[in-house]
Amino acid sequence: MNRPEYQSVGKSVRKKDAMQQLLGKPLYTEDIVRDALVVKLLRSPHANAIVETIDTSKAKKVAGVVDVFTWEDVPNERFSNAGQTYPETSPYDRLIIDRHVRFVGDVVAIVAAENEAAANKALERIKVTYDVLEPVLDFRTAKDNPVLVHPEDNWRMLCDLGGDNTRNLVGTTADEGGDIEAVLADCDVVLERTYHTKAYNQAMMETFRTYTELDRYGRLHVISSTQVVFHVRRILSNALGIPKGRIRVEKPRIGGGFGAKQTAVCEVYPAFVTMKTGRAAMCVYTREESQTCGSPRHEMEITVRLGANNDGRIRALGVTTLSNSGAYGEHGWATVGLTGHKSIPLYTGSLEAFKFTANVVYTNMQPSGAYRGFGATQGQFAVETTVNELAEKLGRDPVELREQNMVREGMEMPAYFGEIANACALDRCLKHCADMFDWKAKYPVRDMGNGKVRAAGVGMSMQGSGISGIDVGSVTIKLNDDGTYMLIIGAADMGTGCDTILAQMVAEHMDCSVDDVSVFGADTDASPYDSGSYASSTTYVTGMAVQKACTQLKERLCAIAAEALECDANELSFEDGRVVREATGEEMSLVDVATKSQVSNCLAPEATAMHSSPVSPPPFMVGMAEIELDRETGVVEVLNYASVVDCGIPINPALARIQAEGGIVQGIGHTLMEDVTRTPKGRIRESNLFTYRLPTRLDTGHIHVEFENSYEPTGPFGAKSIGEIVINTPAPAITQAIYRATGVWHRELPILPEHIVLAKPEE
Amino acid sequence: MEIKIKLNGTMVSDDVPADTLLIDFVRAHGCLSVKRGCETSSCGLCTVLMDDEPVLSCSTLAARANGRSVHTLEGLQEEASEFVGFIADQGAEQCGFCNPGFVMNTIALLRENPDPSDGEILAYLSGNLCRCSGYEGQLRGIRAFLNSRHEEGANHE
Repeated sequence: MNRPEYQSVGKSVRKKDAMQQLLGKPLYTEDIVRDALVVKLLRSPHANAIVETIDTSKAKKVAGVVDVFTWEDVPNERFSNAGQTYPETSPYDRLIIDRHVRFVGDVVAIVAAENEAAANKALERIKVTYDVLEPVLDFRTAKDNPVLVHPEDNWRMLCDLGGDNTRNLVGTTADEGGDIEAVLADCDVVLERTYHTKAYNQAMMETFRTYTELDRYGRLHVISSTQVVFHVRRILSNALGIPKGRIRVEKPRIGGGFGAKQTAVCEVYPAFVTMKTGRAAMCVYTREESQTCGSPRHEMEITVRLGANNDGRIRALGVTTLSNSGAYGEHGWATVGLTGHKSIPLYTGSLEAFKFTANVVYTNMQPSGAYRGFGATQGQFAVETTVNELAEKLGRDPVELREQNMVREGMEMPAYFGEIANACALDRCLKHCADMFDWKAKYPVRDMGNGKVRAAGVGMSMQGSGISGIDVGSVTIKLNDDGTYMLIIGAADMGTGCDTILAQMVAEHMDCSVDDVSVFGADTDASPYDSGSYASSTTYVTGMAVQKACTQLKERLCAIAAEALECDANELSFEDGRVVREATGEEMSLVDVATKSQVSNCLAPEATAMHSSPVSPPPFMVGMAEIELDRETGVVEVLNYASVVDCGIPINPALARIQAEGGIVQGIGHTLMEDVTRTPKGRIRESNLFTYRLPTRLDTGHIHVEFENSYEPTGPFGAKSIGEIVINTPAPAITQAIYRATGVWHRELPILPEHIVLAKPEE
Repeated sequence: MEIKIKLNGTMVSDDVPADTLLIDFVRAHGCLSVKRGCETSSCGLCTVLMDDEPVLSCSTLAARANGRSVHTLEGLQEEASEFVGFIADQGAEQCGFCNPGFVMNTIALLRENPDPSDGEILAYLSGNLCRCSGYEGQLRGIRAFLNSRHEEGANHE
């Protein structure tokens, strides 16, 4: 492909904050604030109960305790903690503190104290009696269960999405094309398989945390580790009943998010304390709170019906999903949609019919939320594993089977809202990955002669780039006096590097160096509105806002220069970082333009632009895993993981590669070690990083990521997205490799050594 | 109880409750690089050097450090600067929250074993969790630093 040579785009420049981070500077919420009340939460030991009596008198007498709040102190107006565009698709089902507690860990009281010791002592001295109710813990039994998670009258949804609190339903969705029953009846092979995935925790290294104070105007000032400053402002306004204009939300550096911080998990508690006491307050979740009262992935059960002919043609795909939203409905309806819409279209090449139906239910378990992959992860595990099983059934190489059926560039994808795959290098990704991995040599099962066996598996993936027709990205770019630029954004760099890649785009448009672009954000008082960083949106959506703003800014700088040069702005052009009057050879440097802008001038040397996209072009990816499995112990070691990604044009190849490597390791964790189980009473057992085992450096094998570029015509410099897709391929690839090594298809994740040892081959 | 710790080369004394953890002591004395990532000694984020040995400050009583020398990343900026740029070139710092503990333990590794193999690097740092990077880029960065040092050494000979 002949594409223009870029100066800044496509270059692996260092992240702007990298050296500050690596040298341990104070950049995070807890580092930059001082002298705040410590906010601690008393949590329910029961999965479903009504607070009958609560006595806080002894807690309030503890030296250093400022106040203790219960359900009697909070507004009875329901809201959602979901960081989504208004009107949210998540139900308004929360109170700051509810008398009805709905999961083990639901908040019963808020303690505000001068120090942590006093706060902890106060927690012990609150006396609560509960009317303990029968909980609904198994999501398979939740729909139409006589036990209602949300029996209250003031539960409401802003949109009609099938939610019904009298049936434990958060929402429903469906989509279909063609006559799936007729096509299935005509297929040589029909596989119907059911899969189960767990409520994996994002386990970002920095737990949830928020600082709040009243600023010098008496407004609520919130510094929070969040991906969505504007949504948090709305959520706090709803929860506290104060106008949005009285709230300022900013984020400092964020110690990881992966979607967890797209939900306002802890913001309301210190904010409520500050509004009640007038004092600065800080809430820092413990790891246990993050693990058990956070916002993890939705547990799902997915049934795939796949119809194919003996020649390998995949003709019909049905996906039926049941999603467990837990005690509150954040992101429930939005997430489940991706289980079908981001799995079925992978087989657009051959598909004649598809059907997708889904229910999202309430249970008395930890509420779920957004996690990288957002439903696509679960759906693709199910569909890709079924396709791998088809390959085994037909005696076909799964790579060749995919070549026969996959979506290709230019195809219309009926199961993806009819969008056209304008940029799709999935075919090249598959070939490239097979060559790089040496698929032909690694796919055959190899007995190592020491009780260990080596085997391989493959998976494909797609995601989106922002939420089509909804997400909004905006930037402001200002010219500084010295000819450099300020880029002001509302998107949230959570370690992904979006501050830097957006600056790279500015540098490319404005013909300057990346160092000449300073980035500020995100702050609801200063940033232009942006939905925030989620749904793989920032590069693609906010990146286009950068393009628009730069075009406008160039025109504006020419207009300012025209006044100085006493000519018409049409005679001027912006070239090589200066304003040029071609007819006369006159030119003005940016410093001169900036200086002119500060003297007798009425034109601001800045531009703000907003962008939204009617489409959400999918990035594509292929992953291949080689494992060594110990038949005696069931231990699986990932030896090699090869992956090739089509994210359009990578704006910063080093950062794109790290995104991919990091996502793959999270996927390996979900497949082989991270488990979520509950006691009969609904308490989550894996409540810390000792029991919830994250992959270490010794658990990941060698990961090799390369890229196959496509060019997305609606994206900045041809870019699509990278943030989420990267987590999806390990589950199906490793699951297939385990089947190859053992003859057993594991349809529940994670696949632990004991599952492997205890499983018996089917048939 | 009254304790005295030589913190990054400066003697610091304070009257603290006996159950004060070293992480809270050093953070209270301005060493904000030291991060808490868990409560179970599982993540390595809070790694500091006590008498030049890496320890988890979240599971070390401040009293344990009484009369001893403690270094945090604040006190080892120069030594860290030698190699962290190579991590930055890979983009492998990512969110940065685990960086201080990882950098401290890498300093300890390189002091103990100036020319480690990849396997030795992975084993030594295996207690330092990172949820963002997938670890490969951090290994590439350390490898690139070691290679550059070899080249420098070769040029001097």
